[in-house]
Amino acid sequence: MRFIFIGIYFGFILMKTEVVSWFRIQEMFLFNHIFMYGIFALAILTGVISIFLIRKFNIKDIDGNPIEIGEKDNSKTKRYILGGLIFGLGWGLAGTCPGPIYALIGGGYMIILVPLLSAFLGAAVYGMVQNKLPH
Amino acid sequence: MLYELLARPIPWYVAGPLLGLMVPILFIVGNKAFGISSSYRHVCAAVIPSKLPFFNYDWKKTGGWNLQLALGIIIGGAVALYFTPDNYQIAITASTTDALKTYGITNFDGFMPVEVFNWDNILTLPGMIIMVLGGFLIGFGTRYGSGCTAGHGITGMANFQKASLIATISFFLGGMISAQFLIPLILK
Repeated sequence: MRFIFIGIYFGFILMKTEVVSWFRIQEMFLFNHIFMYGIFALAILTGVISIFLIRKFNIKDIDGNPIEIGEKDNSKTKRYILGGLIFGLGWGLAGTCPGPIYALIGGGYMIILVPLLSAFLGAAVYGMVQNKLPH
Repeated sequence: MLYELLARPIPWYVAGPLLGLMVPILFIVGNKAFGISSSYRHVCAAVIPSKLPFFNYDWKKTGGWNLQLALGIIIGGAVALYFTPDNYQIAITASTTDALKTYGITNFDGFMPVEVFNWDNILTLPGMIIMVLGGFLIGFGTRYGSGCTAGHGITGMANFQKASLIATISFFLGGMISAQFLIPLILK
């Protein structure tokens, strides 16, 4: 249940900051404004400081458990290049990424269900062909 | 008064930290690494009866939290809609507007161009490529690359992960190819 409330915060901020907008995404990839790059840089910086503080003060989660920061699988490279490029192509075309797609449904853009259902299909197809792909 | 305040767009230098706060909020409240695209996999696992290993796991246990997050994002979008004035226009730069005009876009109302994103357009070639193929590549690519702008672009980058740096650079390369070459080609 608690994650729903966190999601509400995230969805609200995504809309109010306009990062859900196809127009903003095109503007970013046409290098016309610092807007999106500034947001990314400051979001990452906030994350860096947060993770530093969590580690330094050994902060526990609200249930009292040690926080597991976790590592990505850094032994692989191909999947991040190829998967990243494929996602990036979709990001530039549809002008939206996974968080904003959900926010736009609430934002009244029912047409975004088309890219969302296609995204589910894309994930399903990946599951079917993953053994044939280089990772 | 409160409505007026919330109706305004949030400037980018406030937006960045507010979005970045998702990282500590999820770590502290749920001991989870911030990400959202794995929800696609969990939805597939929930609806596709399959023996495929990619979808054969306890999706409720592993992905329940991420699906809750997704549901919350939808609700949050609806709350934001309530605080979005009628005839809302995003203040994109004139150079962007000019570029998009050359592609034939004339309506800059709201968050998305209605001339591109509308139900009548789904079966046209531009509509197919932008909405259907675009969405497909998002779903396929985020599972192949194991994350999106949230999981790699923010969380992984903030944790100095090599995988996330490679993925994020690739996201931007792909996006640039689409926005600079494919979109003009498709819409013109």
